[in-house]
Amino acid sequence: MNTSSYLKQFAPEKGNIIKGLQEIQQREGYISREALDKCADYFQIAPAEVEGVVTFYSQFKRVKPGKYRVSVCDGTACHIKGTPLILDWISTELGIGNGETDDAGLFSLETVACLGCCSLAPVLSINGEIFGNLNRKSTLRILKRFKKAGVSNAD
Amino acid sequence: MQINEIRVGVSSCGLAAGAQDVLNLLKERTDVPVLGVGCIGHCYAEPLVEVITDAGSLLFRNIQGTTKDIDAVLSLNTKNNPEKQLHIRSERTSRENLRITGLIGKSEPVDIDAYVSFGGFDGLKKALRMAPESVVDEVKQSQLRGRGGGGFSTGVKWSLLAAKSSGDKVIICNGDEGDPGAFMDRSLMESLPYQVLEGMLIAAHATGATKLFIYCRAEYPLAIRNIRIAIDKVRELQLNAIGGTPLDIEVKEGAGAFVCGEETALIHSLEGKRGMPRFRPPYPTDSGYHGLPSMISNVETFANVPVILRDGAASFSSVGTAGGRGTKLFALAGDIKYPGLVEVPMGITLGEIIYEIGGAEPGSVKAVQTGGPSGGCIPASLFDTPVDYDSLNSLGAIMGSGGLIVIGNNRCMVETARYFLDFTHRESCGKCTFCRVGAKRMFETLEQITAGDGTKDDIAFLEDMGRKVKAGSLCGLGATAPNPVLATLRYFRSEFEAHVVDKQCPALECAALCDVTIDKALCTECKLCLKNCALNAISEDYVVDNDICTRCNSCIESCAQDAIARVKAGQGYRGSVEREVG
Repeated sequence: MNTSSYLKQFAPEKGNIIKGLQEIQQREGYISREALDKCADYFQIAPAEVEGVVTFYSQFKRVKPGKYRVSVCDGTACHIKGTPLILDWISTELGIGNGETDDAGLFSLETVACLGCCSLAPVLSINGEIFGNLNRKSTLRILKRFKKAGVSNAD
Repeated sequence: MQINEIRVGVSSCGLAAGAQDVLNLLKERTDVPVLGVGCIGHCYAEPLVEVITDAGSLLFRNIQGTTKDIDAVLSLNTKNNPEKQLHIRSERTSRENLRITGLIGKSEPVDIDAYVSFGGFDGLKKALRMAPESVVDEVKQSQLRGRGGGGFSTGVKWSLLAAKSSGDKVIICNGDEGDPGAFMDRSLMESLPYQVLEGMLIAAHATGATKLFIYCRAEYPLAIRNIRIAIDKVRELQLNAIGGTPLDIEVKEGAGAFVCGEETALIHSLEGKRGMPRFRPPYPTDSGYHGLPSMISNVETFANVPVILRDGAASFSSVGTAGGRGTKLFALAGDIKYPGLVEVPMGITLGEIIYEIGGAEPGSVKAVQTGGPSGGCIPASLFDTPVDYDSLNSLGAIMGSGGLIVIGNNRCMVETARYFLDFTHRESCGKCTFCRVGAKRMFETLEQITAGDGTKDDIAFLEDMGRKVKAGSLCGLGATAPNPVLATLRYFRSEFEAHVVDKQCPALECAALCDVTIDKALCTECKLCLKNCALNAISEDYVVDNDICTRCNSCIESCAQDAIARVKAGQGYRGSVEREVG
């Protein structure tokens, strides 16, 4: 289904722009320039105004994420329990920095404000699946698992 | 003993610990009802399984989806694995008062029949038999104050909306819970969706509202799912028919902006705009969503309302202190033994929550952070402070929405302050100069201090700019952003001074202000650290070159002998010094 057709489930009112953008991101993984234009067209507002909304909210990505989106929680509980170190280990292991996607398009790395699982801190999620009580060993093991799955699923 | 029912905690934290596998396996293995229930707050024991037998209930902790663990549950065999049985400590039960969260864990959260069978919607039924003004009066008499952090009287807010004569009025439930470290609202929406909706419907009856919104952060998919299912069921049973016509209830997902917890910013976000706050007045009750009179309250505030109506205002306000009535939910996390969600009467001391309920070792705790990035760090020496709105304000912190992060002795307070300013300066919407520029300058100054480049003037700058940002910002974000820095400077000034004068991080947390060394007496030369160092900073004769080392802790974590440790800056080997000498 293309962008224009699934936007039709929302009434073309300005109040639904965020819902529309969330739907685009859910289906396409990010907000491409084309999708942004179609959104502006559908809701009858200037692309600049849609862009303004997209850049304001941290949920919206303008760059295509990797197949596996690694989101490291940097909420307070996780931070004091070692998020900076975990980020460092993942960054070294995957060879990408915070906010980047690797060349193969397999992994992207980001920090998120809080996943709400503070009692399991430190926590990360990969495509929504949450892993808690991380240390260096378990973090690297989780990455290896996804690396293996990613390589064996490759065409 | 015969098993009658099995309950598995499947809220976000339970699922993160692996509860879905446990639920599926138990369903496969037994014919008795196996329910996926909400979070009963003992997050340290997740995945948590409760077995209801004819001789009472048994709790099992940290059950994984393995045959061994499932066998232990189904055979009720606690003798062979005593560590799998959970005995809730009396230190906790004697202090908790589960008025709001009492129904959690008893049934599947979206099972409306179960909610009704436990007395759910009794509060709404009672309210509908009363005149709207009497309902407002009842809430006023309960002295309930907003649970989102502001602490404004809920009854007064309701009377402001009720006094508006115009046609359409809006009620918004704020579930944007943007404070990193807080998960009270997530738990309530996931585990008690009907109670939150019941509170909103009572408010609609009392104020004459016609349109209800629930604004929930997108990071809480399970909360959104459960609330949506609950709304559908409420519609089916026409419980939303207040005053004859069915009310419109809509869920809107936030998109990751902390400032949207502020009410005028939240309204802009609902309207599909950038979530920028605006000057008040006009207050939302005068002009809110699309100019309509609107009232915004926090999830927990609404969850209190059915209890007030059901049990009466007098019963509600019999708990707590003059500075805050009723009970409060706290999300307890950080350096403690038993993190989780607790519901305690207002007026309990911080020490009781942290040491008794949370199980922190006395002497191991440096401070507690309350109110998230808007709050402050309270030192352990003040833990006999009662928890209510006014007492915490007087210490330079705030009650906030209820996040309590316990900070152990091994954490650096300057780094903690830097962390909060990193968060708030990025979340600033950019409207007010002091918040946009001032908070950023404060963050940069803290970066310099933690990087070892700070001076004594920087401390004076932080205090001065902190006061200015507080005074020169329109909304709560800017007005409270300096709090973590100012409170930390008030109670932990010596740590700041150690960073700028001695160039040392007393907690050995700031990478630029500590070294790494290997204790040769303990080292077995196993090569694990060499293998795990990505930068080859460790030589073949097991010496760490601190010029190359980034203090990533990979070697420390990999060492089985605990031979590697961080030490004070200057105590480790530096290759460049050697080279200069040579």
